[in-house]
Amino acid sequence: MTFVYRTLKYGFIAFWSMFVVAPFLWALSTSFKDFNSVTGGATYIPWVDFEPSLEGWKVLVRSPAQGGINIIEPYFNSIFVTCMASLISIILGTLAAYALSRFTFKAGFIKNNDITFFFISQRIMPPVVLSIPFFIMLGFLGLLDSMVGLILVYIVLLMPIAVWIMVDFFNKVPREIDETALIDGCNPYQAFFKVVLPNSIPGLIVAGLFCMIFGWTDFFFAFILTFTEVQLLPVAIVALNSSITPWWSLSASALVSVAPLIIVAFLVERYLSKGNLSGALK
Amino acid sequence: MDLIAQNLSYKPEQEFHLNDVSFSMKKGQLYTILGRTLAGKTTLLKTIAGLLTPQQGTLTLDGQDFATVPVWQRNIAMVYQQFINYPHLSVFENVAFPLRQRKMDNTIINTKVMSALQNVGLMGFEDRKIQALSGGQQQRVALARSLAKEAGILLLDEPLVNLDYKLREQLREEFRNIFSSQVSSDSILIYSSTDPVEAMQLGGDIIVMDEARVLQQGTAKEVFENPATIRVAQIANDPAMNMMQGDIAEGKIRVNDSISLAVPPHFSSLSSGRYTFGVRAADVSVAAKGIPFNVELAEISGSETYLHVQNGGQTLIGLLDMVKDFAAGDKVNIGLDAAKLYAFDESGRLAASPFGGGK
Repeated sequence: MTFVYRTLKYGFIAFWSMFVVAPFLWALSTSFKDFNSVTGGATYIPWVDFEPSLEGWKVLVRSPAQGGINIIEPYFNSIFVTCMASLISIILGTLAAYALSRFTFKAGFIKNNDITFFFISQRIMPPVVLSIPFFIMLGFLGLLDSMVGLILVYIVLLMPIAVWIMVDFFNKVPREIDETALIDGCNPYQAFFKVVLPNSIPGLIVAGLFCMIFGWTDFFFAFILTFTEVQLLPVAIVALNSSITPWWSLSASALVSVAPLIIVAFLVERYLSKGNLSGALK
Repeated sequence: MDLIAQNLSYKPEQEFHLNDVSFSMKKGQLYTILGRTLAGKTTLLKTIAGLLTPQQGTLTLDGQDFATVPVWQRNIAMVYQQFINYPHLSVFENVAFPLRQRKMDNTIINTKVMSALQNVGLMGFEDRKIQALSGGQQQRVALARSLAKEAGILLLDEPLVNLDYKLREQLREEFRNIFSSQVSSDSILIYSSTDPVEAMQLGGDIIVMDEARVLQQGTAKEVFENPATIRVAQIANDPAMNMMQGDIAEGKIRVNDSISLAVPPHFSSLSSGRYTFGVRAADVSVAAKGIPFNVELAEISGSETYLHVQNGGQTLIGLLDMVKDFAAGDKVNIGLDAAKLYAFDESGRLAASPFGGGK
């Protein structure tokens, strides 16, 4: 019984791992191929199946004049915009979430839950609906085709996620902890920063991760709101499309663009897998 | 120089959580707020702590207005019924937290924390994480934190209710020792409880609360001997005092056709009329010459038996000092000692008590 169970369990895990890992391996393998290796049927292992080539990777750093797309600048632009937008979203979102979780707001029929929903409702609209207003607003402010403009737009998109996750998290932190901090001589700000925040690190990490994923993978707004001055990675990669689809450099760019999220996920995995996400406070 | 509350009212929505609450508390004393769940005990403690602001009434400490002092400037400590500590800090830092908040010297903090941990029996645990402690230990940390502060007012909100029976007994004993030895004569100790036995054991004054009101304030002895109203008699006894509607007429107490007793001497001042008679479960006994009752239920609890009996719609609970098998439907003769009876008038106030209280 246990043998059958274990075989099934590990069988399933192996199958699922393959499901998850195989596309990456395939992309990795493809990124080292050239035109002939891609079109000549399925091949898997370099040197055995096909002769590896660095052409796919070189395209990413070559200047456009030499037929490349040079993703280095867009890459750092993307990192900067995503990090700034996530950071500001987390800071503002956490403060808003704490207020929504702990204080009672009332304006007519509008109460805390309605306000929380208004934050989320930003995400219900299809992005297309927002594109023209954003374009006009940024144009008015002179922030089209700039990092600041992109960061502002991303904050609008990311902060609701942070608010939503953190409201839920703070609602699970007993109010008595804040009250004890007040009783022990903290003013409300100290209670938040000295007691509530240090106990909310798992929530902050989850919210931060979500913000980074959504910010990093956005193509639509980066495409609409920038032209030549500022380019983000997803937009830069699209320039690869030409009459012959360059699978090798597409694969290389896909790997490069996934890398930061994988690195971040590995860094914070420790906090996520420790099981102290919800169990930190009881 | 006391903590005095006058006509405190707190009504967040439709219902009163505090309704015209007044009391006065002296320094160096223990007060137990006794009341059932939702009586307003926690609301009262939170109001004293400053976590809630009453809509009406005044609260003064040493003659100074206390209601407008922000929580963090009040010299108070509070232990909750949930085990509330700071999960991100070690045991030592948990206890040291309020002292660090006061910017005390490190060596003083060290001494105070260590002595507080010693008082609650947690020496050697100072580097542990809170999550690594059992419920009882977590509650001791919370107690140590409130003791180390040497607060002017120490609030304990049903601190033992979430612990198992054994631990509760043991901690209650320790609490009593700590209260008498560690808490200075400058402090007011306020303890809330749903358990009348606990309230009596802790000694001190008892404030009986029900439905957001204070029903009676007095020493444990006073509340036990002369409960002011029917409600107090029910709340301050476990099991609740038995109540029987009846009349006094022609030298007889008459509850129904078969329950009838001679008027005892301590009822002599009562005029004829309608009363509610109270008798403690412990004063209900099985007696050969008693009044016939039908057994409804017999619960064995340790070495005692709770006997639920019924006669003509009148139910009584008797606490018998033995383990005895009764089956539902059994006939049993119940002895009611008229000398142990309480009488409450039609408005529910104490009219006569075996201990001489009443009108």
